[in-house]
Amino acid sequence: MRFETRTVASAQAFDTLRQLKTGDYNVLIDLTAVDYFLYGKCPEPVGWEQNFPSGACGIGSPAGAGRTDFLAAGAPGPRAHRYEVVYRLASLDPATGLEIKPRLELRVPYSEGSVLLSVMSLWPNADWLEREVWDMFGIKFADRPDIKRLLLYEEFVGHPLRKDYPVKKRQPLIGPKSGELLGSPSFNVVRQETPFE
Amino acid sequence: MTQKKTYFLNMGPAHPAMHGVIRLVLELEGETIVSTEVEIGYLHRAFEKHAETETWNNVIPYTDRLNYVSPLINNSGFCGAVEGLAGVTIPERGQYLRVIASEISRVADHLTCIGANAMELGAMTPFLYLMEGREYLYQLIDDLCGARVTTDYTRIGGVKGDLPEGFIDKCRGVFPKIRKLVADSEALLTKNRIFLDRVEGVGVLSQADALAYGITGPFLRSTGVAYDVRRAHPYLVYDRLDFEVPVGSRGDNLDRYLVRLAEIEQSLRILEQCFAQLPGGPVSLTPWEMRDAFIFEDMGKAGNTALLSRCLAKTCRTIDGGGRDKAAGIRVAAPALVMPPKEETYGNIEGLMNQFETVMWSWGVRVPVGEAYHAVEGGNGELGFHVVSDGSDRAYRVRCRPPCLFIMAALPKLLNGGYVADVVATFGSVNMIAGELDR
Amino acid sequence: MPPMTSKASLEGRQDDGTSVPSLVQQLPEGNLVTTQVDAVLGWARKYSIFQYPFVTACCGMEYMSAAASHYDMDRFGAGFPRFSPRQADLLMVVGTVSHKIAPVLRRIYDQMASPKWVIAFGVCTCTGGFYDDYSTVQGIDTILPVDVYIPGCPPRPEMVLHGLSLLQEKIQRQGRRGR
Repeated sequence: MRFETRTVASAQAFDTLRQLKTGDYNVLIDLTAVDYFLYGKCPEPVGWEQNFPSGACGIGSPAGAGRTDFLAAGAPGPRAHRYEVVYRLASLDPATGLEIKPRLELRVPYSEGSVLLSVMSLWPNADWLEREVWDMFGIKFADRPDIKRLLLYEEFVGHPLRKDYPVKKRQPLIGPKSGELLGSPSFNVVRQETPFE
Repeated sequence: MTQKKTYFLNMGPAHPAMHGVIRLVLELEGETIVSTEVEIGYLHRAFEKHAETETWNNVIPYTDRLNYVSPLINNSGFCGAVEGLAGVTIPERGQYLRVIASEISRVADHLTCIGANAMELGAMTPFLYLMEGREYLYQLIDDLCGARVTTDYTRIGGVKGDLPEGFIDKCRGVFPKIRKLVADSEALLTKNRIFLDRVEGVGVLSQADALAYGITGPFLRSTGVAYDVRRAHPYLVYDRLDFEVPVGSRGDNLDRYLVRLAEIEQSLRILEQCFAQLPGGPVSLTPWEMRDAFIFEDMGKAGNTALLSRCLAKTCRTIDGGGRDKAAGIRVAAPALVMPPKEETYGNIEGLMNQFETVMWSWGVRVPVGEAYHAVEGGNGELGFHVVSDGSDRAYRVRCRPPCLFIMAALPKLLNGGYVADVVATFGSVNMIAGELDR
Repeated sequence: MPPMTSKASLEGRQDDGTSVPSLVQQLPEGNLVTTQVDAVLGWARKYSIFQYPFVTACCGMEYMSAAASHYDMDRFGAGFPRFSPRQADLLMVVGTVSHKIAPVLRRIYDQMASPKWVIAFGVCTCTGGFYDDYSTVQGIDTILPVDVYIPGCPPRPEMVLHGLSLLQEKIQRQGRRGR
């Protein structure tokens, strides 16, 4: 899919988005974040470029035509900000069902301490999307009613999609406690303690 | 002066309607709903986290379980995103196969939605009729992919296997049966006074609200906006296929039902066109000798590579990987992405190394650095995958843009002001799939 | 009634004096009536299962297929789902159970009246499936006692019917005890 990418600092993000909304971008398709904490820190050497005749990163292929922003960054390297919040906008014409302007991907670099204003007042679906970003990444949006978790239970500690959260960590509300192995003696404790009849 | 008191009714996560787990806290004044709070996340299975820990091809089974009523569409969407990132286009036959698989899945999705919706309103018979229709489709999918529900059919760079023998004839035999069952169910429902009273004018969402909430798919089309990702951003071979995009006008439950019903017919039309236009196929057998694939390994070990070079591997048509005769049509010839055909694997050392590299942990499929977003038309709307790669053997980040999250966010608007009894009708028509909603 | 220990008294006697093979099993509490009651109760319970389908995820699709006309569950007597735990005796846990919904599942199980049975439908309920992560319960037997495990992702409807018939055999064996 062709789209344009723009980067804007977190202080100007809300104003930019408001201008875009008045400028025909009436649909917020998606709002998400990417944690670049471990980006490029993989031990394997890269040597795959010769396998892609259309060039690395898809330059020259139809799919690659719209993307320009990350190419300036080149190969993965250290970044100034740990997270990037990604807003995906579309300008949908209700009469024809086609899009008037090209899709837009707005990237907002974010670190702890940056202030990012909520866009709930512009697009109502941003409410849940921001709650999910808070739930998964711990990125808080200012200027909105209290943010609470969307997908995980309230007692959950941590933000799982951060790169430093292990996928197999256990935080059960009920059942064997966190970190216990299947064969451990306390595994069946719940079953024996609770009367079944 | 009496005060009207409201009380809270919890339509809890263990939902009687067969839609999975979601919690609605309704504030009621008598039978009228004053406000609704929707709580989701009861099926959060960490899809996005798992996608970061699995190699590229291993993510595909996780995508099956997103919208599990139309898993082939999710598979195509994810693979499309990764291929966009890698800058490859899969061969034409592979594209047609993906379209065939997606459309069969879409029909199954709509049959399930309409059937479950009808059953919740008390109409048991259409449910059984449409489940019979879906059963025929599951048998077709079973022949094609090896599994009925969780299919794992596509691969990065193509599809798993070609069509089995006689698949197209079987499909052509099944479609009249499905049309008949759909016609029977339509006869039972569309003019039915009870059904119309329950769904007409109920659960109305205006066009402006639907756009403001980012809703797409049959829901948006029922409000009058003819947005279909297959038309707005054509992918695979949809630009060569002739189909209509059914549009409603009122945005109520009845329109959503009618839009889905019409889309079933359009999907069957697309399938028939695909069968007519399907290019190529496994290359004809002469003058190559056909040998069983396992013989190749023995011949290779014995050093008989001269013999190998004039043979074609005889493999089952639907099997993953396969012989040279089939591979060209369904998988792109990019050594970094796909497994080589069996003749290469057993015939020369480069092919063998390539085979190992594509399946070994920490080697695997390699996708260049970058980010890509690809959207497909899912059963509920625009299903998007935002894929981030840092050049390693696995995805760095995969974001699934779930179409029904936006519908659920708009659910309070749909339900407020209505009756409790309307909750069941409305909820059934929005086709919430918890696997996609909670990921 | 005192336990009957005499072998002669256990054998039936026909009018002409020949004996017929014993129909009585020597039980610890041992008498004829309770054996037949066990058998009848087992028979009645196994063929009139009211399931509570606790459907969460993809296995629900195969549950619907198993309940629909082609792979009819009704011919096994398990055709009527009861969506109230008070009225159900079989809790079919269908699909992945996450930590968020696990307390709810436990509560539903506790609300059911004895005799009750649990089927773990699908590998996510048996062991957690391939969702070895922070939000999935690694097998519902960590929170509930399970009678029959039906693995599969999702299990084919034939496997579901086989699991159901295994449960029926189990119910028949349990008889009066119900557990």
